Amino acid sequence: MLQRALIFSSSNPICSQLSTTAPPDNTVFPKRNGGWIIPFSSYQLPAFPSDSAANRPNMASQDEQDPRISNISSAIRVIPDFPKPGIIFQDITTLLLDTKAFRDTIDLFVERYRGKDISVVAGIEARGFIFGPPIALAIGAKFVPMRKPNKLPGEVLSEEYSLEYGKDTMEMHVDAVKAGERALIIDDLVATGGTLSAAISLLERVGVHVVECACVIELPELKGRERLGGKPLFVLVSST
Amino acid sequence: MVEMFAAENGLKGDPRLQAISNAIRVVPHFPKQGIMFQDITTLLLDHKAFKNTVDIFVDRYKDMDISVVAGVEARGFMFGPTIALAIGAKFVPLRKPKKLPGEVIAEAYELEYGSDCLEMHVGAVEAGERAIVIDDLVATGGTLSAAISLLERVGAEVVECACVIGLREVKGQRRLNGKPLYILVEPREIDSC
Repeated sequence: MLQRALIFSSSNPICSQLSTTAPPDNTVFPKRNGGWIIPFSSYQLPAFPSDSAANRPNMASQDEQDPRISNISSAIRVIPDFPKPGIIFQDITTLLLDTKAFRDTIDLFVERYRGKDISVVAGIEARGFIFGPPIALAIGAKFVPMRKPNKLPGEVLSEEYSLEYGKDTMEMHVDAVKAGERALIIDDLVATGGTLSAAISLLERVGVHVVECACVIELPELKGRERLGGKPLFVLVSST
Repeated sequence: MVEMFAAENGLKGDPRLQAISNAIRVVPHFPKQGIMFQDITTLLLDHKAFKNTVDIFVDRYKDMDISVVAGVEARGFMFGPTIALAIGAKFVPLRKPKKLPGEVIAEAYELEYGSDCLEMHVGAVEAGERAIVIDDLVATGGTLSAAISLLERVGAEVVECACVIGLREVKGQRRLNGKPLYILVEPREIDSC
């Protein structure tokens, strides 16, 4: 079991201005107290065809681990027996309190998806709404919320999906996306893959090409990766 | 309570505001008859207008020593984190009951019929921190009041509440514990296109 310590610290924020559009690679950002930050590391993630069903796990933390990953992983709090006994809950709210780790999380996704002609970032309610918009803004894409029923006010498409007990429904605004657009789907965590699978269906039903699913955390024992209809999955942290 | 509309507070004539207003879709009679729902999802589809929305808030708060951006579930989550990242602050989600897994404090607030509850993680915010609260829209201010209470109960200073859309307050109707409220645009009555 991966142990993660809970640290609530009033961290010393790196007070750089995060540009919300993708800057050219030689851009540096000013620190509030002087000096410069080079925002993107020189580490290159291994490239692979974006629409292949990868045989190896698409994980930033495999093999040559990006140095940012370990702080991201340790910023996630583990809460046993939530929402019920036996479930080990991966709490990303502590990651959001760590300004550097949160920024690094977004940067890792932005570095991967910038310049790949992705025009749609779909985020799954509600924690996908936290990670999706900063990524969308940085890569120049639209953000499309995938929501629980009866929240979206306009005309929607619905997709039912299975829960451990019973079913739920996910909705998307019909006119949010157009056929032929290239999309990412973002959520904080992938477990069984049911939610991601529903999101893939909604987008494909209107002719959108889902390039990849991206999550901060994967629970590999639940095999969600195998339930994505062959769509690739990219995660930062794997929790066993 | 000090209510400030962007066009009357430093951004008079700023063309970004009109574009932001135009990007918001009005959906009549949702969730029920008589309500003209201000739908920000169309703003999120307009990359330039969405970016301008965030940039206006970032420009306002970046030099105010804000260490906490609290966002109200769920549409506050769409705006808050990007602002937090850009100004170097933490993002703290304020959630409906039973969503946050750790120890929480809760604050009840009034709805038109009945009441609801907002929760925040204990330990997310420390005494003395300077915070802003973000949501997509403010109407009666009930949700924002609950958010302000949660933050003040742990000793944080709420510097301002910020919303993309806000109705002009009917005198005395909205109580935000005296906190300033910054609003980008007013709601539109009906879609013109």
